[in-house]
Amino acid sequence: MIINHPLLGPRDAAEFTYLGDACLIERPDPEAENAIEVFHDYVYLRDNPAGEHRELWFHEHGDRSWLVVTRNTLTHEISKVELARDVALSRGRGI
Amino acid sequence: MSQQSRISGGLIDRSQTHSFTFDGRRYEGHAGDTLASALVANNVRLVGRSFKYHRPRGIFTAGSEEPNALVELRSGARREPNTRATAAELFEGLEAASQNWCGSLRHDLLAVNDLFSPFLSAGFYYKTFMWPKAFWERLYEPIIRAAAGLGRLSGLPDPDSYDHGYLHCDILVIGAGPAGLAAAMQAGRSGARVIVADEDFRMGGRLNAETREVDGMAGAAWADSAVAELAAMDNVRLFPRTTVFGVYDHGIYGALERRTDHLRDGEDGPRQVLWQIQAKRAILAAGAIERPIAFPGNDRPGVMLAASVRTYVNRYAAAPGKRIAVFTNNDDGWRTAIDLSAKGIGIAAIVDTRDTEPLTDIPGAAIVMGGRVTATRGRHGLRSITLAGGRTIETDCLAISGGWNPNVHLTCHHRGRPEWRDDIAAFVPGPELPAGMTVTGAANGTLTLGAALADGHNRTSSTLMGLGFRSGGAQPPRGDDEAASVSAFWHVSPGKGRAWLDLQNDVTVKDLKLAHQEGFRSVEHMKRYTTLGMATDQGKTANVPALAIMAECTGRTIAETGTTIFRPPYTPVPIAAFAGRSRGAHMRPVRLTPSHAWAEEQGAAFVETGLWLRAQWYPRDGETHWRQSVDREVVQTRNSVGICDVATLGKIDIQGRDAAQFLNRVYANGFAKLAVGRARYGLMLREDGIVMDDGTAAHLSENHYLMTTTTANALAVFRHLEFCRQCLWPNLDVHLISVTDQWAQYAVAGPNARKLLSKLVDQDFDISNEAFPFMACGEITVCGGTRARLFRISFSGELAYEIAVPARYGDAMIRALMAAGEEFDAVPYGLEALNVMRIEKGHVTGAELEGRTTARDVGMGRMVSADKDCIGKTLSQRPVLVAEDRPVLMGFIPVDRSQTLDAGAHFLSSGVAAVTENDEGWMSSVCHSPILGHAIGLGFIKRGRERVGETVRAADPLRGKETLVEIVSPHFLDPEGERLRG
Repeated sequence: MIINHPLLGPRDAAEFTYLGDACLIERPDPEAENAIEVFHDYVYLRDNPAGEHRELWFHEHGDRSWLVVTRNTLTHEISKVELARDVALSRGRGI
Repeated sequence: MSQQSRISGGLIDRSQTHSFTFDGRRYEGHAGDTLASALVANNVRLVGRSFKYHRPRGIFTAGSEEPNALVELRSGARREPNTRATAAELFEGLEAASQNWCGSLRHDLLAVNDLFSPFLSAGFYYKTFMWPKAFWERLYEPIIRAAAGLGRLSGLPDPDSYDHGYLHCDILVIGAGPAGLAAAMQAGRSGARVIVADEDFRMGGRLNAETREVDGMAGAAWADSAVAELAAMDNVRLFPRTTVFGVYDHGIYGALERRTDHLRDGEDGPRQVLWQIQAKRAILAAGAIERPIAFPGNDRPGVMLAASVRTYVNRYAAAPGKRIAVFTNNDDGWRTAIDLSAKGIGIAAIVDTRDTEPLTDIPGAAIVMGGRVTATRGRHGLRSITLAGGRTIETDCLAISGGWNPNVHLTCHHRGRPEWRDDIAAFVPGPELPAGMTVTGAANGTLTLGAALADGHNRTSSTLMGLGFRSGGAQPPRGDDEAASVSAFWHVSPGKGRAWLDLQNDVTVKDLKLAHQEGFRSVEHMKRYTTLGMATDQGKTANVPALAIMAECTGRTIAETGTTIFRPPYTPVPIAAFAGRSRGAHMRPVRLTPSHAWAEEQGAAFVETGLWLRAQWYPRDGETHWRQSVDREVVQTRNSVGICDVATLGKIDIQGRDAAQFLNRVYANGFAKLAVGRARYGLMLREDGIVMDDGTAAHLSENHYLMTTTTANALAVFRHLEFCRQCLWPNLDVHLISVTDQWAQYAVAGPNARKLLSKLVDQDFDISNEAFPFMACGEITVCGGTRARLFRISFSGELAYEIAVPARYGDAMIRALMAAGEEFDAVPYGLEALNVMRIEKGHVTGAELEGRTTARDVGMGRMVSADKDCIGKTLSQRPVLVAEDRPVLMGFIPVDRSQTLDAGAHFLSSGVAAVTENDEGWMSSVCHSPILGHAIGLGFIKRGRERVGETVRAADPLRGKETLVEIVSPHFLDPEGERLRG
C-alpha cells in the first residue's frame, strides 16, 4: 500500500506502524461521573466497518507523524490522509 | 541415436549443443531448448508418475501451466523439486530426475495404488482413515506422506543468494506476446517509462510457436525486431524470465526474475530477484492457456495439448510423435494438423467433436467430424486411440484442443470475478479490475492475431492519453485473423474408464460427480474436497473443464457456477526469494553498543535482547560455569565497585514549556514539581490501567528533561508518547526526540563508586553526597572537558551512578572507567549480574511488568497519584484491577535452602490438586543470590502481603518439579535503602 503523507508525499506502507480506529483521538473526560464506563468503551469497543474506516498510522520509519488515514477496508482505497494533530485540533483537543 | 525426434527449423541454436542427464542417462539438446523440448527431441515420453495413483505421465504442455512434467533439477544442495520441465531452460550439464516413484520410473512399485483407485476417490482422506482415531498420527499419516508427495528437498542450506528490488514506471506491460509487444512499442515510443516483463526466456509469446506473419514478416522475426527496438529505447526496461505473480494495492506488482536459473552453478550475483514494481498503469497481456477435453484414458504419455504440440514442432523443432492424431472441438486444433503436415509429420486423424464440414483436407489423415475419442492404449506411451463406434487408430501422439482460456488470473487479485463469454466458451476478465489495469489481447478474449495486435496498440494509446503522454500516429502492427470458432464440448462420457480432469492431483470426471452427489455444490468446496486445482499448477488446464462438469451436475450454467478465487502467486515463488537477503545472521539488523568492541576484548558472553547484543557476563580464566562469573561480578560490585553497560536503555529527550505537564500526564506518579538537577523514578500505565513501562526522568534544565525507558519498550514508549503529544494534547508545547543512539551510558555501582568517579569527573563538579545526593542529576565534564551527564540512580541497590557521554566517547569512557577502577579491583558486570542484583533488591523488570500486572500488583499502587489525571488512571480503578485477591508481588525462598527455584512455577496451597482452579499465582523471576547464599525468587501470589512466613508449593509441571517455598518480602537486601543513599 502507498500512503500519501500530507507533508512527505507518497510513502510505502512498510514505513508505518498501524494502531487502529481514529476514535482513539477522542479520549473521554476523566472527570465524568461515569468515567470508568466511558473509558471502558473508549479502550475496548471498536466498530469494524466493511467500507470506509478512519484509522491511525504512525510514520515510525519517517518523520514520526501520526496520521489519520481514511481507508476502505474492502478495497484498500485510501481516500484521505490527514495529520492526526490537525484532526485533534479540529475536534477541539488542545492542551 | 541422439535427438532422434529433432526436425528442421525452429528457434533453437544448433551451433550450441548442451549435454544433460535425465534419470542418469545422458542426452543432448541445444541452446534455446527447454528441458521438456530436449526430452521431446530425444523421444523421452515417460517423465513422471502421478501424485496419487502413480500412473505413468508424460509432458502435457509447453509452458508454465504444466501439470505433469514435474522434475527435480540439479543435485546436492541445489536440488530443487517440483520444477516444471516445460519452463526449465536447458543448459550444459543440467541434471534432471523424475520423481514420485518407488523402484524405477518405468516399474514403479507404488503403481499398485492404481488398482486401489476405487478406494482413493474424492475425499478419500476423510472417509478412509477416520477410524480408529489413534491410527491417524501413528499409521495413516506417515504412510500417506511417504506414498504421496512429489519431489524431495535437498535438506541442505540453499547455497544461492536472492535479492529484492524496487522499480517505478508509468506503464508495466505484463506479457510480451503479440498484444504485449504492440502495447510496449506504442508505450515506448511515447517516452513513458515502460517495463516489459515476460515469464519466457524468449519474448514473443505465441508468435514464437506459430507460423503466422506480422507486418509481412515471420511472426518470430517480427517479435525479435520489436524486442530489439524496445531494447534500444532508454525509457524501456525489458525483463525476460520474469513472472509478474501478484497484483497488490495501489499499483504495486510483485515479480520474480530468474536471473541465473538457466546458467550453471557458481555464477555471480543473485539467482533470483523479487521485484516490487510500482506502476501508474499496467497493460495485462498475459495471453490465453489452452484447455483439454476429458475422455477415458486421456492421461497417457503422448496425449498433449494441441497448441503445445505445435510449439514443440515450430519453436523447438522437436516432434512429439511420428503419426499424430488431433482431437478438437474448435478450429485452432486444425492448425496443429496443418503445421505438422507442412513439416512432413504424419497426421493419423483429425477427430472434431463438431458435426460440421471439415475445415480443410490433410493428406493421409482420417477426418472424423462429430467424433469422440473413447479410449486409449499404450502402457508407457500412447499407441492407439479408439473412437466412438469402435474404430481404432494407430497414433503415438494425440493433440487435444478444448479451446482457449484467457489468462484472467491477475485480473482477480482484488476480488474481481471473471465473466463468461458464450461465443468463445471461456471466462474473460470482469468489469472490476485492479485500479490502473487494462487487459488486452487473448487475456481479454481477443483470441485472433490481427485483432490482438490492434487491441494492444489501441488500448495502450488510450492509457497513455490518460497519463498525459502523446502516443504519436503510429499504426498498429498488421496481422491476419485466423479461424477461431469453438464449440462448448468438455468431456466424453467416461463409461467404465477414467477421464482425467486434473492430471497433477489425479482427479477424474467421476470424482467430481461423486463430490457433487455428496453435497459439495460450491466450487470452493469442490476444490477442497477433490483437490482439483490445487498444487503447483493451480489447475491452470483443469479448472474450466471441471467447472463445466460442475455446471452439468447442478443443472446450472457455467457462468452461474463461477470460478474459484484466484490468489497470488500466479506460479510458485520460492520462499528464498521472499526472504531475499534477510536470512541467517542478516535476518534482521543487530544493534551494538558504543563499547561493544571493548566487551568483546574482555571475552564477554553476549545475549540478544531485541535487536541489541548485550554482554551477559565476563568470564575470567578458570571459570568453567557462568554462575561462577555472575556470582563474582555481584559480590565484587556489592563489596567494591562494578561497571555495567546500560547504553541500550531507551532515552527520550523532552523539551518545551509544557514538558513537565506532559510528563505529569504520561507517568502515573507526579512530575509537575520535580526540581532542576533531580531525577525521579516514573511508572507509566497503558490506558487500560495496566503497567506499560518504567524508567526515570531527569530534569536537566528549565523545560528540558531526559526520560529513560526499558530496553525492550523503547520503541513502543516513544510511539505512545508521540500519540499523546499529537493526538491527545496537540497544543501542549512539548517536543520529543529519541537519543538512545546518541549517548553511551554506564552504571557505576558499589561502595567505591564515588571514589572511582571522582578520579574522572573534572574538578569543577562536586559529586559528594551532600552536593550530589541520591536521585541527583547534572551535566558535567569528565577527563578534562568531555561533556557528560551524571545521574545518581541505582538499579542494583548500591551507591550508584549512571554516567552518559556522547556515543563516540563510549569506548574511551569504559576504558577510562576500568583504568580508574583498577585500584578498587572494579569489575565489569553483565546482564545476569544486573538481574541478580535487582532481584535481591526487589526491583521489577519485564518479567514482572509483562502486560497483565497493575501498579498495585507490583506494590506501587500508592504511586498512582490521587491528585491528577494520567493515562491509565481511570481504568486502573476498575473493580477487577483492585480486587482484593489479585496476586501481588512478593519474595520467595526455598524452605530447603539448597534447592533451586524455577520461574514459571505456579503457587498452590498444601494438599490441593495442581489444577487451574487452585492456582494462587506464579513465580516471575529467580536467581541464586551470592550474597544470601541461596536461591531467591520474585512472584505474584494472592493476598501475599498478609501471608509473609507462610509456606506454599511452587509447582512446575513443565519441568516435573515441585518446591516448598516461604513467602517473604520482595526486598531481600537493604530494604531501607541505606546503601544507595550512602
